[in-house]
Amino acid sequence: MSATEPTMTRAPFLERMMRIDRRVIFILIGVALIFPLFFDITQKLPVSREVQMAADALEAVPDGALVLYSMDYDPPSAPELQPMAVTALKVGLRKKWRMVIIGLWPQGPQQANLALRSALADEEFKDVRLTEGVDYVNLGFQSGNEAVIQKMGSDIPSTFPRDYRGIPVGEIPIMRGIKNLGNFDFVVNVSSGYPGTREWVQFGVDRFGVRMISASTAVQTTEMFPYVGRQLAGLVGGMRGAAEFEQITSTPGRALKFMVGQSVAHVVVILFIVIGNVAYFATRKSRRDK
Amino acid sequence: MWMDHPGWVLFGTWVGALLTLGIMSFLYKDNPVYKFCEALFVGISAGYWFVSYFWSNLLPKLGDPLMQGDLLVLIPGVLGIMMLLRLVPSIGWISRWPLAFVVGFTAGLRLITYLQSNAMTQLQNSVQPVISYSATGAFQFWPSFNMLLVTLGTFAGLLYFFFSKEHKGAFGTISRIGTWFLMVTFGAAFGYTVMGRMSLLIGRIDFLLADWLHLIN
Repeated sequence: MSATEPTMTRAPFLERMMRIDRRVIFILIGVALIFPLFFDITQKLPVSREVQMAADALEAVPDGALVLYSMDYDPPSAPELQPMAVTALKVGLRKKWRMVIIGLWPQGPQQANLALRSALADEEFKDVRLTEGVDYVNLGFQSGNEAVIQKMGSDIPSTFPRDYRGIPVGEIPIMRGIKNLGNFDFVVNVSSGYPGTREWVQFGVDRFGVRMISASTAVQTTEMFPYVGRQLAGLVGGMRGAAEFEQITSTPGRALKFMVGQSVAHVVVILFIVIGNVAYFATRKSRRDK
Repeated sequence: MWMDHPGWVLFGTWVGALLTLGIMSFLYKDNPVYKFCEALFVGISAGYWFVSYFWSNLLPKLGDPLMQGDLLVLIPGVLGIMMLLRLVPSIGWISRWPLAFVVGFTAGLRLITYLQSNAMTQLQNSVQPVISYSATGAFQFWPSFNMLLVTLGTFAGLLYFFFSKEHKGAFGTISRIGTWFLMVTFGAAFGYTVMGRMSLLIGRIDFLLADWLHLIN
């Protein structure tokens, strides 16, 4: 057997691996994602420092506090952010917070209503009866991006003159005495982009001194990490963060269920990366010789 | 509401499912079904945004105050109309005035806060003791290691962007270390992006399997 024979037999297979049809990858990823959804299994996750900080920060907010939820996202990012919104609202229900909901994105307040409905459907809260305008209020969407936060810092009633239903803010019991951002004990921001966490940090946190956690999409999470600590009291990033958040707040939901599929799909992706790299380095010499 | 009627919900679910499959068909190859779904999505999005901004912006912030006799809102109203003149090439230059106003206003609003949040506070965050001790005074290895890594990464990363000196010798070595830190950062960002895309796919698959086909709970 000559020294080149093993390379002759291995190279075609490795070269085939490098030219693998993308549709094969799509199918394998699809199967990896779909298959776990049929089983009622959850994955125990180590909780990251940022999510732990977010949970601790929420825990430190006293019962009955006045909390602002800024829901700055829309249906396309709902698979990631809706579980976070539901969990944050469940924590609010558990601690009997007075919840004021707003949206800097047009569909944010609608997503908030869906999230609240979903939270109230939980077995733990089946006896909870909320009165709109007293226990919570949805002030709806307000256009103007960061200028809205800036204006909220000085005058919330003129920024949101009516609630989601069109009721003047002066007639809403929960809004009595609320003048500006300084009246809130805490802010929860669920963010999908601009305007969102970055603007809340710049105007809400650094300018008006609100204490805040952020729940953001995976795509923007790495940009938010530098804010954690001094500017953000905690960060829940992507579906992984959402699952950790559900786990640590003992409110298991969709993110924990979806994480299994996510993990299996990641294993498939990593396998393809390894195969691709092995094939690339193993065939590099033969390609050079050509 | 009429939208909550089971018939409409069922209709909406079927439309959503078929459009989802239409968009996903692009994974096989570009095809007319995908093109139709894409065009429909773009058209409906544009329509949605127009209606949304009309009712949430134009009417309450321009229409209602005008009806109540507040003529001051005519100024932004006129600036808005001037912006639209961009669509008329012969007098399109007029749109530069409201654009200048928007750029100036945004710069003024954001300049200080951006500097404060993304430069000054980040600098404060970076200036930390490299050696970490616990409350009892005991040396903490991992926090110290992390801070050392952050310090080295920040220093090496900044040196890489220093272009007025040739990257060779000790300077070149440190700046190459900086590129490694940058690559790890980009890799982490890409990993998060992949996770985000997977999450969106899971969301769609969940919709198809649970809401449409009722195969899972």
